[in-house]
Amino acid sequence: MHGVTDGIMAAMLVLNLALLGTSRLTFCIRLVAVQGVLVGLLPLVSPSGMTLRTVVLAAAVIALKGAVFPRLLSNAMRGADVRREVEPYVGSGLSLLLGLALLGISFWLGAKLPLPAAAPEVALVVPGAICTILIGLFVIVSRKKAITQVVGYLVLENGIAAFGLAIVQDVPLLIELGILLDVFVAVFVMAIMIYHISQEFDHIDADRLSALKG
Amino acid sequence: MRIESAVHFAAALVFAPLLLGIINRTKAFVAGRTGQPLLQPYFDIVKLLRKGAVYSRTTTWIFRLGPALGLAALTLALAFVPFGGAPAPFAFDGDFLLVVYLLAVARFGIVAAALDTGSSFEGMGASREVQFSALAEPALLLGIIAVARGAHGGFSLSACLGAIDGQAWAAFGPALALAAVAWLIVFLAENARIPVDDPTTHLELTMIHEVMVLDHSGPDLAYVLYGAALKMWVLGALLAGVLVPVRTGMWAVDSAAAAAGMVLLAVLVGAIESSMARLRLVRVPQLLVAASALSVLALILLMR
Repeated sequence: MHGVTDGIMAAMLVLNLALLGTSRLTFCIRLVAVQGVLVGLLPLVSPSGMTLRTVVLAAAVIALKGAVFPRLLSNAMRGADVRREVEPYVGSGLSLLLGLALLGISFWLGAKLPLPAAAPEVALVVPGAICTILIGLFVIVSRKKAITQVVGYLVLENGIAAFGLAIVQDVPLLIELGILLDVFVAVFVMAIMIYHISQEFDHIDADRLSALKG
Repeated sequence: MRIESAVHFAAALVFAPLLLGIINRTKAFVAGRTGQPLLQPYFDIVKLLRKGAVYSRTTTWIFRLGPALGLAALTLALAFVPFGGAPAPFAFDGDFLLVVYLLAVARFGIVAAALDTGSSFEGMGASREVQFSALAEPALLLGIIAVARGAHGGFSLSACLGAIDGQAWAAFGPALALAAVAWLIVFLAENARIPVDDPTTHLELTMIHEVMVLDHSGPDLAYVLYGAALKMWVLGALLAGVLVPVRTGMWAVDSAAAAAGMVLLAVLVGAIESSMARLRLVRVPQLLVAASALSVLALILLMR
């Protein structure tokens, strides 16, 4: 199954880079949905195999990240009437190059990180997960639109989920479902927030909120 | 030199313009037109070779040298490119650097000739050609290094492409696929195909390759056309070498598989041209940087 896991992680890395290269919000949302589905497939191909626990987990992750979150974000996008990330702090060409640098850093980190002996020997999972986390963070800080920042948050969460899969084999189902619920509530609240910001200010540029005075 | 290498080299020289014909037929089929005959590129080249050349008084010997230099460099590059698992006529460690720079020499010949005409129009095309190929070169080179690293065959093109078989794909499939996608983008950019440049337009401000050869006529234009076909074969053979991992050891089977790969590649290019519009000029560098990013990703996946 190692080949499959490596393939999934490689696809996630490509999606990360595509996310950095695009400015179209619908495309961003679709990318992060596909990435969520890939993360959902990871437990099925993990060493523990197809058990009731992994199947329930995969179904929940795929349903939430593949269907519910994209729906929420698309609705928020339509409500705010924005299509593109017009002027990010870092342009898409430079973002791609920085993404490659982050990729290099995460492979270096992945080789250095002292992991518990039980960690699986699938080589790509740890650096791929670190890279996904870093790129999610980078998207959050380098983009202005609130929707893209939520997308960055979701990428970050995908990275953490993949990392959790790599390091810990037996997290109780309850905890993983709890984390999913948290993410769901966070995205739900953020979608409502985006709607209110756009209603109040006619835009969703998060950087302009910092100029507000109480 | 092995006999099959010589046969492949001769076949490449003969069949290279056929790729252009296949692309044109595919586009015509998708658009529902009858289209030009499959052998039209050959007719064009033969017709041009029988004509005389017209030279502007502002041009110098550089203008006459350009097409011949381009054709010579591309023919030499072709001699280093393996086909269907059989080694190329010439090979040594690190010859991929020579191939990439022979492509650059050919480009230099065409660009210098374009600048020599003194036309600002051709100067613009030359500047764009150089800009985009400077961005495409790292994608190509890094992709070759990644493939060489994955195949563990050695650092000549013949050795590393010859070692790409089913096992290499099973072991490094994702990385090889990434390198192949990067090469496909380079293939489209270097051959002035559609997402980057439109080969059918003349006299349009956004075109790149066609604008540089406007002043060539007669045999010189035939050299340019034939050189473009050879360049397409060189880059296409690299792509087919990675994407068609048929290495049975039987010469006929391997060659037939690689030839089928080339035909499919031409059909694919025709399909891309039929279904896409050309990118805006400012988006092209982004596409090429993305190709480089894919190559780097492939390299990193294989380095670990």
